[in-house]
Amino acid sequence: MQLSDSREIAAPRDVVWAALLSPEVLKECVPGCTEMSGSADEGFEATVVQKVGPVKATFKGAVTLSDRVEGEGLTLSGEGKGGAAGFAKGGAKVWLEDIEGGTKLIYDVEANVGGKLAQLGSRIIDGFAKKMADEFFTRFQETVEGPQEAVDGEETADGEKKKGWLKRVFAG
Amino acid sequence: MPKDHGIGASIKRREDVRFLTGAGNYTDDINIRGQAYVYFLRSDVAHGKLNKVDTTAASAMPGVVRIFTGADFAGVGGLPCGWQVTDRHGQPMKEPGHPVLAQGKVRHVGDPIAAIVADTLEQARDAAEAIELDIEELPAVVDMKAAVKDGSALVHDDIGSNLCYDWGFVEENKAAVDEAIKNAAHVTTLELVNNRLVANPMEPRVCVGDYSRATDDYTLYTTSQNPHVIRLLMGAFVLGIPEHKLRVVAPDVGGGFGTKIFHYAEEAFCTFAAKACNRPVKWTASRSEAFMSDAHGRDHVTKIELALDKDNNFTAIRTETYANMGAYLSTFAPSVPTWLHGTLMAGNYRTPVIYVNVKAVFTNTVPVDAYRGAGRPEATFQIERVIDQAARELGVDPIALRRQNFIKPDQFPYQTPVAVAYDTGNYDATMDRLIEMADIAGFAKRRKASEAKGKLRGLGVNCYIEACGIAPSNLVGQLGARAGLYESATVRVNATGGIVVMTGSHSHGQGHETAFPQVIAEMLGIDESMVEVVHGDTSKAPMGMGTYGSRSLAVGGSAMVRATEKILRKAKKIAAHLMEASEGDIEVKDGRFHVAGTDKSVAWGDVTLAAYVPHNYPLEDIEPGLEETAFYDPSNFTYPAGAYACEVELDPETGKVTIERFAAADDFGNVVNPMIVEGQVHGGIAQGVGQALLEGAVYDANGQLLTGSYMDYAMPRATDVPFYQVDHSCATPCTHNPLGVKGCGEAGAIGSPPAVVNAVLDALNSGGIKVAHIDMPVSPSRVWSAIQKAKA
Repeated sequence: MQLSDSREIAAPRDVVWAALLSPEVLKECVPGCTEMSGSADEGFEATVVQKVGPVKATFKGAVTLSDRVEGEGLTLSGEGKGGAAGFAKGGAKVWLEDIEGGTKLIYDVEANVGGKLAQLGSRIIDGFAKKMADEFFTRFQETVEGPQEAVDGEETADGEKKKGWLKRVFAG
Repeated sequence: MPKDHGIGASIKRREDVRFLTGAGNYTDDINIRGQAYVYFLRSDVAHGKLNKVDTTAASAMPGVVRIFTGADFAGVGGLPCGWQVTDRHGQPMKEPGHPVLAQGKVRHVGDPIAAIVADTLEQARDAAEAIELDIEELPAVVDMKAAVKDGSALVHDDIGSNLCYDWGFVEENKAAVDEAIKNAAHVTTLELVNNRLVANPMEPRVCVGDYSRATDDYTLYTTSQNPHVIRLLMGAFVLGIPEHKLRVVAPDVGGGFGTKIFHYAEEAFCTFAAKACNRPVKWTASRSEAFMSDAHGRDHVTKIELALDKDNNFTAIRTETYANMGAYLSTFAPSVPTWLHGTLMAGNYRTPVIYVNVKAVFTNTVPVDAYRGAGRPEATFQIERVIDQAARELGVDPIALRRQNFIKPDQFPYQTPVAVAYDTGNYDATMDRLIEMADIAGFAKRRKASEAKGKLRGLGVNCYIEACGIAPSNLVGQLGARAGLYESATVRVNATGGIVVMTGSHSHGQGHETAFPQVIAEMLGIDESMVEVVHGDTSKAPMGMGTYGSRSLAVGGSAMVRATEKILRKAKKIAAHLMEASEGDIEVKDGRFHVAGTDKSVAWGDVTLAAYVPHNYPLEDIEPGLEETAFYDPSNFTYPAGAYACEVELDPETGKVTIERFAAADDFGNVVNPMIVEGQVHGGIAQGVGQALLEGAVYDANGQLLTGSYMDYAMPRATDVPFYQVDHSCATPCTHNPLGVKGCGEAGAIGSPPAVVNAVLDALNSGGIKVAHIDMPVSPSRVWSAIQKAKA
């Protein structure tokens, strides 16, 4: 399945770009991600727990960044193996444009599944992939922008105060 | 008054007592002391290079007996193909290897990579997850037309192409067909898809392999329609086990529909592993595994052209078909789109010249082979759809157009231009009967009533013919079959008169255990309860080519008749001796042997007892005992035919189609048990309706099977099928088998899809919605889309 969309992020282009290359941000933004290590240059190792229709599985896999044009765009591709559940793989081509008050992030996402996931979950996979992509980029936007004033101070599940990524990185 | 026993009686099926009370003995009910379980690790990519299959860690897992990979099978043969097709240029088809476990490459989702034998199934499954795989994914070949273009990825690198064969039939007629189409007054052209189906028998496949170190004997219990064929294929071609050391048992089998004809890797594996592990090895397919490892059916893409002269006589048919073989050649796959399809393209009509071109294509999908009807539904669908469309284009009545072109009753035997010769038939009679049953005269009124509710109503009528009673061995040998297609039967009469018939015709829903005794009871004048049918065990029946192609009664039944005739001849000799009469004067009536013209008689039991206690017996002339075997090889196919009518109501707002009426007038020749025949037609129509409205196996562009469960693969439910009107009174008995029977098992599935689709198109066009064709399954979304497109 394929989908295309865009987000307007209230942050300068170099900040958005830096966030795209950060394992910490990716971990925060990939829905169901429990572990993320590595670097933008070496590639990331990720563990993601997800439920697709009737199939719940832990996917272990690698995420690589390619087609990097500094400050302009890149391609994220990942493949996760879920053992008996099959596999999921996908990619997102992301590029950035300056807009007034921030950066426009445009993306084309492609997702494929195989094995039991395809056999049992294909009917719902398009919706699932769209939800995953929406969730990823929504979180990404929130992480980069930091929470809106109105919801600032909202408690996360583990009780830690949600902070914008910027604040955490630059304010410690 | 209807008969209450013998041929023609609707006796209730004796086997249903055990099936309906949970007392059947299926392969999964067989458990052998000490058995281990196997789990197959299957590919989840459609096409890939196997770089690494590391079983080290998995082998150390609890309960693991042994893990097998392709390397363990390097020394045995691959799964054989039972039919070799010769292409248009006289070259044999491409026949790539079909390993038991993948070697070097995986070629479809579900291709077995490793087999884990463990103490329990759960342990085997856990160990499978610990196998380290490195599969380098390759581009998947899915679309047939793209597969045969230059530059396509190759399913089998060693054959250099994805084309299995390019078949032309009848090649010598091609020029005449091209000429006739050029000169035709009218040509109707349709492009059709015959949708890929999953057979879905209620019982998934199961096998249990057993090996005796004491005797070096192998036994395989398996869900098969033809255990002798499995013994031959697996013993001779895969594992190198001679017949006398290999017993194959197919006990109760819960439906086959074709997909249990074929020899599968799991059967060879369990037999091989039983010796290698020195333990019985059992495999039971899950439903998910069935979807990705049972051979699928149909999957043809066709362009058909029908030429007519100015008086609407058919002058030629030309077709071009792409037939999907899947990733490997399943046992009989090459024969389905060729000899079971091209030879039926004359249908019920006098078309003088026909040319059929079939390109069989390898793709990264599950192998495709025979499924109820096998080739004949594909032929029927094309012919009957194109005739319907021609009638619409020409503005003539579709029934009248068919009648005008029928082979007439006085033209039999009829030599078609596509090799086969129909022995007998009367297509006008079945059409007359259909018109009456379906109340076609009342259709206009019913249409008005539907229209008053805002619905559209359509009537679809079509004919069909099939070639059954498969088949004359000398003929199929010329056509590429690597086996004979006779059948055998042994009739064993016991001392006290009871009879056991050992037949090679396996029964898995056809009711042989009831119908076969009716034939013997009729011949001997005894009660059916004295006859027991034994089948499904190579150690019991002498030989068997199995049950498919609507052949059991026509071929297996005929073998049984021939053996029973031998019994009668010998029994008459014994009776003549007992009554000191001449053998020629002995008549059999009501279970007694009479001396004609006298009141002298002896009972059946007196004769059978004398055969086994031969104190007063013509020992100088005949041997003691009363047991005879016969092999029957038919001299021609049988040609069941009929006319079907379907009436649908269609909601133009939603595209939803409901079947309101369905009538089937079949000519099956003589009928042994009308109730069983009716049930066979019901089941066949349900499967045909399923194909027409609901079922379809779908792969995505990466070769992932998207319809891999009942959430996505729609099987017909009770509410999807109507009450049927079924009739088989227009019988023209087969002229060349002793029972005059033609076979009824596949008719419903062959005759019904075009009736349904024709009805849907009639409904749409009656509402002014000009649509020429909708591919099956004719789902609400496809109908709705066609409506919107026509309106635009």
